Amino acid sequence: MVVAAVGTVGAFRLVTSKNVVHAALYLVVALGMVGAVYLLLAAEFVAWVQILIYVGAIVVLLLFSLMLTKAPIGREALDNQQRGVAALVALAVFAGLLLLIRDTFPDQRIEVQATNTADIGNSLFRGFVLPFEVVSILLLAALVGAVVIARRDGSE
Amino acid sequence: MIRGAWLIPLLPLAAFFLILFFGKRSPRHGAPIGIAAVAVSWVLSIGVLLQIAQDHPAVERSIEWFNIGSFRLELGMAVDGLAAVMFFVVTTVSLCVQVYSLGYMHGDSRFTWFYAQLSLFTAAMLNVVIANNLFQLLVGWEVMGLCSYFLIGHWWEDKVNSDAGIKAFITTRTGDIPFLFGIFVLTVAAGFDTNIGHIADLAEHGQISTVLLTAGALLLFGGAIGKSAQFPLHVWLPDAMAGPTPVSALIHAATMVAAGVYLVGRMFAVFVHASAGVLQFVAVIASITMLIAALLAMIQDDIKRVLAYSTVSQLAYMMAGLSLGEAGYTAGLFHLFTHAFFKALLFLAAGSVIHAVHSNYMSEMGGLRSKMPVTFWTFVIGAAALSGIPPFAGFWSKDEIISTAFHSGHYFVWAVAFVTAIVTAFYMTRAVLLTFFGDYRGTAHPHEAPVSITAPLVLLAFLSVTAGFLNATAFNLPAPFTAWVHFGAAEHEPFNYGFAAVSFLGAAGGLAVGYRLYRGWRERDPVRNLGPVYTVLERKYYLDDIYMGGVVRPIQYRLSAAANWFNQRVLDGIVDGAAVVTRWFASLVNLFDQKAVDGAVNGAAGLTGFTGGILRYLQSGNVQRYAVFLFAGVVALAVIFTRL
Amino acid sequence: MIRLWLPLTFSAILFAAGIYGVLARRNAVLVLMSIELMLNAVNVNLVAFSQYLKDALQAGQIFTLFVITVAAAEVGIGLAIVILIFRNRETVNVDEVNLLKW
Repeated sequence: MVVAAVGTVGAFRLVTSKNVVHAALYLVVALGMVGAVYLLLAAEFVAWVQILIYVGAIVVLLLFSLMLTKAPIGREALDNQQRGVAALVALAVFAGLLLLIRDTFPDQRIEVQATNTADIGNSLFRGFVLPFEVVSILLLAALVGAVVIARRDGSE
Repeated sequence: MIRGAWLIPLLPLAAFFLILFFGKRSPRHGAPIGIAAVAVSWVLSIGVLLQIAQDHPAVERSIEWFNIGSFRLELGMAVDGLAAVMFFVVTTVSLCVQVYSLGYMHGDSRFTWFYAQLSLFTAAMLNVVIANNLFQLLVGWEVMGLCSYFLIGHWWEDKVNSDAGIKAFITTRTGDIPFLFGIFVLTVAAGFDTNIGHIADLAEHGQISTVLLTAGALLLFGGAIGKSAQFPLHVWLPDAMAGPTPVSALIHAATMVAAGVYLVGRMFAVFVHASAGVLQFVAVIASITMLIAALLAMIQDDIKRVLAYSTVSQLAYMMAGLSLGEAGYTAGLFHLFTHAFFKALLFLAAGSVIHAVHSNYMSEMGGLRSKMPVTFWTFVIGAAALSGIPPFAGFWSKDEIISTAFHSGHYFVWAVAFVTAIVTAFYMTRAVLLTFFGDYRGTAHPHEAPVSITAPLVLLAFLSVTAGFLNATAFNLPAPFTAWVHFGAAEHEPFNYGFAAVSFLGAAGGLAVGYRLYRGWRERDPVRNLGPVYTVLERKYYLDDIYMGGVVRPIQYRLSAAANWFNQRVLDGIVDGAAVVTRWFASLVNLFDQKAVDGAVNGAAGLTGFTGGILRYLQSGNVQRYAVFLFAGVVALAVIFTRL
Repeated sequence: MIRLWLPLTFSAILFAAGIYGVLARRNAVLVLMSIELMLNAVNVNLVAFSQYLKDALQAGQIFTLFVITVAAAEVGIGLAIVILIFRNRETVNVDEVNLLKW
């Protein structure tokens, strides 16, 4: 629960901070808390993958892009005019989901069992091998695409 | 033959149409068609007459034309002695006139039309004679009036002629109005039956009230006054002399004007059984007409006018004869019979003279006796017949009327008739002397007329001599005419020699006076010595002026002007007003259309545009805005689906 | 024993926050971050249920791995695009990229 609380704070600050770099750092916080939750749920492999990829690679990527695009600082500059509506929508979504959860799962409990990483590997390369391959190709496409897109026109 | 008598009027009618459509292309411009048709009818008429003479009973046949409720219109023929006699008269005179016109109208620009009209007229008159019902009679009557108008105004380039035609038409029309009402009265009184025989029957047996009979008779007589030129509607006949002479001979001497007399004769049952005042009225009118016309004839310079007034006078004789009741029936109609021949003769002979000297006026004639012998002798025969000189036809018929008047106690009529006879002899002598004796006073080169003109003259002269013997009761001669034409019992008046002698003396006296006055030419016409009387006569008793000022002008100018004003202001005003209202209404509708309808249409367009203007803001191009809508939609759907 | 609704609620919070960020932030990079947040929320959900249901295949976790992979790819592409836009328009504010406007 504590973890959840921290994560929540992180998320809020992410979406409301005036400083983009701060926002990025808050993202780190939120993602880290998510990893912590994974750990608490005895999903270790996922937790480490999370930390590794998200916090390591993606956040770095975001930071680099922030730098390259000269992100501005200041409140007005960061939030657009439809904050009010957006807040409403977000709250509506949250309320809906909460109600749903409450209705469906009031008393259930999770019996946490440790997850064997070998098991994950097993099922990944047996049962889900096809999606695995597809995702690989997806990554390849994304890689190539990113390079193509970001290339300067007519150079190297 | 009698059963086919319906051919008699039909042949000239067919000739009319043939000449109308093909005349211009036929040889001699269609005249032979007309002459042939009348000739055949003439032969048929003689046949019919012979059959009647052999005591063939009267024939009536009809076909139904159409039926409206209880009113039945038929086309029929009723051939008895009277009809047979009339057939003969009409076809004979018509034939003579048509042959005569070959020469007289030669080279006329409307020759074909003339012949067509002659045929149509003959057909109409024959139809009047043969008709067995009043409606058919009326049709023929009116067609005759129309033909008369056309023929009088034949040379309409001269306004005098067309005026004369109009005058004739309107005057006879004025008489036709009471005539029409008379037909109505009698038809209704007889139970919507127009058949003459039926009406006569009902009248004889007292089935129709005297009042109705009197009204009907008087009204019918109105028509006769107009058509037969009796006082006061006689004024058209002298002016009608503006037409060509053959026309005058046919229509205004022998046939059309006789139609009025024929009508009275035909409907005699009605006249006799009406109140006695009707016949008295007829007698009075006839007497007045007789005398005033004769006096007018005395002072005329135009030879045709002399004859015209003479016709009026003689027609009055016939009417007077009929007014004497049953006894005078035969006498009056016999005079019609003989008069037709010698009057037609006189007119045609006068036409021959006019044709030769190119003038109507006796003051420009004279001494034609030697230059136109045939014309001279035939004219003299006609004049003698007219004056009542025995043994010519006129004597027998006129004398019969005069004697019947005396012997039936109608002394007034007798007196007037007697005086008129004297005057008649006088003016005819005057005419003869002025035209044929003395020295020629004109400028043309007169010579005898061609055969086409003289042949009819001779024929008619022959008839003028012999026709009288058909009813001459003197010397115990058979008088078949009475057997043919009679009302009630066929009686022969015993011939009164003394009376006849008195009549003859009267006529001779008139002749003598005329002879003395006109034997030698005088520069100044002796009749002018009558002074103021002459003036009155010259102005025709101012009757024409009275009619013009009292009747024609007010109608022509005041009534027409009033009617015109009414039409312009009131009627046109109403019409224009209606137009204005309609326009105002239309402008209202237009307004409504523009404002309301167009407004609605424009408004719809505007609304669409307005809405579009609002909705376009949705296309902000802002992706996040779109995302908002997306998520909001998701939430909404979720809510809906879970709640449902 | 963890009550189930806890991770689920946490997931919901993260998701809602992500939505708010997507809709309300001007900087494109921040929008992308918010998207990451949402994806993570989903992952939490998956893992939680996977553990709850004691899936033998561990399908939830496997799926989570896939999602992470895809997310990574997507961020890569997304950022490439953002840089390209920045090059062309000198801005990365999404509400200034509105050529589809009326």
